[in-house]
Amino acid sequence: MSLTNEFTKGIIRENPLFRLLLGMCPSLAVTTSVDNGLGMGVAFSVVLLASNIVISAMRSIIPNSVRIPAYIVIVATFVTMIDLLMHAFTPALYTALGIFIPLIVVNCIILGRAEAFSGKNPVLPSIMDALGMGAGFTLALVLVSSFREVLGAGTFFGQTILPENIPAIMMILPPGGFITLGCLLALLNKIQKKTA
Amino acid sequence: MQEYFIIIISAVFINNIVLSQFLGICPFMGVSKKLSASLGMGGAVSFVLVVAGFITWALNTYLLTPLGIGYLQTIAFILVIASLVQFVEMVIKKFSPSLYKALGIYLPLITTNCAVLGVAIINIQKEFSLGKVMVHSLSHAAGFTLALVLMSGIRERLEDADIPESMRGVPIALIVAALMSISFLGFSGLI
Repeated sequence: MSLTNEFTKGIIRENPLFRLLLGMCPSLAVTTSVDNGLGMGVAFSVVLLASNIVISAMRSIIPNSVRIPAYIVIVATFVTMIDLLMHAFTPALYTALGIFIPLIVVNCIILGRAEAFSGKNPVLPSIMDALGMGAGFTLALVLVSSFREVLGAGTFFGQTILPENIPAIMMILPPGGFITLGCLLALLNKIQKKTA
Repeated sequence: MQEYFIIIISAVFINNIVLSQFLGICPFMGVSKKLSASLGMGGAVSFVLVVAGFITWALNTYLLTPLGIGYLQTIAFILVIASLVQFVEMVIKKFSPSLYKALGIYLPLITTNCAVLGVAIINIQKEFSLGKVMVHSLSHAAGFTLALVLMSGIRERLEDADIPESMRGVPIALIVAALMSISFLGFSGLI
C-alpha cells in the first residue's frame, strides 16, 4: 500500500467518526461551537501522531502480552503533555474543553489505531495513518459543530450569520448533539447506498 | 444530609452521565440492544466506577497531592483503572464463571469507558470529601445503568418498527437518545 493511500483512507473511506463510529463521546460533547470542535480535533491529532510514532518505533521491544498497558502509558504521557501545553497557551480553549482533554486518553480511536496499525507497521506509514485519521476526525468534528453552532447559536466561528429569533438553543444543548450526529450518519448511509 | 441528597438527584437525573455529559456513549450504543446484556454491563461498570472512585480519590489525596505531582493524575488514574478492571475480571472468572461468560468482551472494554475516568476526574475537580466521593460515584453509576436500561427497553421495541432504511441501527438510536436527553432536560429545574 502506498503512503498516500494510508493518508487518504482516514479522511473518507475509514473516517473514524462516521464510518468506524469511534470517539463518539468527545464528538458529541465539545461540538457546541466550531472553535471547540477544531481545537479538540487538533489536540487529538497531535496526541494520535505522537503516540503512533512512538508505538510504531517501539513495536519490536514491547512484549505482546503487556502491549495494551504499554500503549495506554504512552498515550497518557502525550495527553498529559497536551493538557499542560493547552493550560499554558490556550487557557480559554482549555476551560471550554475541560474534562475532555484528559479523556483523550480513553478515546477508542487512539488505542484502536495502535492495535490495528502502528503496532504492526513501520514509522513512516504510521505517521501517514495518524495524519489521515487525525484529519478525518477533525473534519468530522468541524462538520458536526458547524451544524450545531449555526442552528443553535446563529453564529459561525463566533460571527453572527442568522437573525436573532431563528436559532434554536436546543441544538447547542445535549439533545442537539445526538440529533445532529444521528441525521448526519443517516445522510451518509443514504449517499453511500446511492453511489454503491 | 441535604447536600448528599442534592448530589444524588443531580448526578442521576440532571447531570446524567450519558444523556447530558456524554460520557460512556460507546457502551450506551453498543450494549443497549438487549435488556439482559445492558443490566449486566450496568452492574459491571457501576462496580468498577465506585471502586475506582474510591481508589483514585485515596491515591490523589495521600500520594499525588502531598508529593506535589498532581500533573501525573491522568497517567496514575488510567493505570489504576486498567489494573482494577483486570483484577475484577480475574475475580469474576474465578468465583462466577457464568457471570463472566455473560459479560464477555464488555468486561475488558470497561478500561476505555470514559465514564469511569471521567467520574474519577470530576470527583477530584469538585474537591469532594470521601463520603461525597462515594455517593457521587454511586449515583453516577446508577444514572449510567438507568440510561442504559431505558435505552435497551426502547431499542428492543425498535426492532419491529418500520424505520427508513438509511436510519436503521445507530442513526435511529442517536435520535432516540436525543429524545431521552430532551426529557431529562426537564429535570434541570429540580434543584
